[in-house]
Amino acid sequence: MATSDRIDVKKTYKLYINGEFVRSESGRSYELKNKTGKFIANPAQGSRKDLRDAVTAARAAHSGWANATAYNRGQVLYRVAEVLEQRKNELITAYTLETGSTQSVAQKNVLAGIDYWVWAAGWSDKIATVLGSTNPVAGPFYNFTAPESLGVVANFPIISGGFLALSATIASTIVTGNTSIVVANEKSPLIAITLAEILATSDVPNGVVNILTGKDSELQPWVASHMEIDGVEASGLNKKSLGELKIAGAQNFKRIAYFKNSTDYKEIERLSAFIEYKTVWHTVGY
Amino acid sequence: MMRINIDSTPSSLKSFLNELPKVDQVGAAARAAMLATRSIKNDSKKKAIDLAISMVDLTTLEGSDTPGKIKSLVTKALHPDPSNPDVPHVGAVCVYNDMVSIARAELDRIGGQSIPVAAVSTAFPSGRASMAVKIQDTQDAIAAGASEIDMVIDRGAFLSGDYKLVFDEIVAIKDICGQKAHLKVILETGELVTLDNVRKASYLAMAAGADFIRTSTGKISPAATPPVVLVMLEAVRDFYNTLGIQVGVKPAGGIRTTKDAIRQLVFVKETAGDLWLDPRFFRIGASALLNDLLMQRMKLQTGYYAGRNYVTID
Repeated sequence: MATSDRIDVKKTYKLYINGEFVRSESGRSYELKNKTGKFIANPAQGSRKDLRDAVTAARAAHSGWANATAYNRGQVLYRVAEVLEQRKNELITAYTLETGSTQSVAQKNVLAGIDYWVWAAGWSDKIATVLGSTNPVAGPFYNFTAPESLGVVANFPIISGGFLALSATIASTIVTGNTSIVVANEKSPLIAITLAEILATSDVPNGVVNILTGKDSELQPWVASHMEIDGVEASGLNKKSLGELKIAGAQNFKRIAYFKNSTDYKEIERLSAFIEYKTVWHTVGY
Repeated sequence: MMRINIDSTPSSLKSFLNELPKVDQVGAAARAAMLATRSIKNDSKKKAIDLAISMVDLTTLEGSDTPGKIKSLVTKALHPDPSNPDVPHVGAVCVYNDMVSIARAELDRIGGQSIPVAAVSTAFPSGRASMAVKIQDTQDAIAAGASEIDMVIDRGAFLSGDYKLVFDEIVAIKDICGQKAHLKVILETGELVTLDNVRKASYLAMAAGADFIRTSTGKISPAATPPVVLVMLEAVRDFYNTLGIQVGVKPAGGIRTTKDAIRQLVFVKETAGDLWLDPRFFRIGASALLNDLLMQRMKLQTGYYAGRNYVTID
């Protein structure tokens, strides 16, 4: 059979919620076009109800993930890097499709992203040592401070950072035990969903990472007001959206972090952004 | 019109139940699925949520129940949302026999006199005990202050065709309840296998004097599936139309979300009718459901999705 006779197998890009690939509850999708206006795909356009479902999943997954040992979380993140390495060509293809960049630029970005997972995996069991402390106190107490995860975090990755920024925002959020809801940028959904497909076949438990595609301007107000989302990494939002997020997020004491674009994103502030510090006063026996 | 005229001889019971019209399983599932798609607008949803809250039989039936847990449960029954006094109280609290007196005393102490305490009875959940034990179980619960008795039927006897035994047990327990307690009969539909059996068991319980028929113990799955609830609602409707006796329905088990609860109300409205949209004739046996109802209520009031940190834990 000549190749031209073959019917195209077109891919339906879905949302990634609780380890499952689902269409948007709203039934909507939108047209993704490249810079020259050529049609690329119809990714799902997530709605507030999809966000709600993602939050439910992320909350349910949190205690299991946060209570896993740091060593185990590090292994899981490293496993992600292993699977990414095997499937990097899918990511490079998605990156070139979305950005129109050359193969070599795409490859550089994707490989840096994979390396980021390794970097974050290495931090997993060292964060407590670096950010925690034993505190001198005036009394017969052994006093120490340990970092713990904040909870459910929503991530708006910086679009210009490509796969590297996407990896940085997710890996640095979950390595400390948080669970994540990623709202992929409207112009960059394919690489996010490709990553989701890779996460689904690695060892990341269901619900620890959830990826929504759609319009961040539509989802941002629901992220901001949702009482069950504890923190937001807002790096990918524009000034207006960020301002609205801060106002609405103040209502429920959301922690909001904003990071500027970076060359490698390997900043400890990213790891410490969504951490709660627990200080323990332990009596010292005589 | 259906013939409901039973003298309680074994052969009469058997022929009456066997002559009941058969249930179309596929049709029941299709109708339940159709009703489940109904869209509920916000103002209706608000009323439905409050109605559902007032119909909840707030339940704890665990071997690990403690007096402290029962006390916090009944406090929650009276004030489901402590920060919001216009939330109605629930329909009843449902506990094991030995916890009845604690629940009753605590309700009376905090001003919940209007909330009944329901006790599960007759060797719940299996029902595998002698009649003497079942009777004692029920008498104990009523003496301790239970005003509703949730009894289980002997499913083994039912499935082996000994309808007379099941009938007599219900009659005996009903006699003990008398005017002091409402009798809810748990059919445990998950063990009855077919919808035909659900219909038969519903009629058997109603004919024997049940005030309520309840789907399940909550201990086995499947529990209150939509087709089962539909068949039971049809049974109480037809019983009422024939004899003028209104029997209540209580689905229990597996109803955990507001969406599930509102679907139940749609089934009631569309099958049995408005007379059953009343906590005296429709209850939902649940524990986790209440928090979801409260969170959805907050969402409607504030416009924000609520978090579980803002409702009390059970």
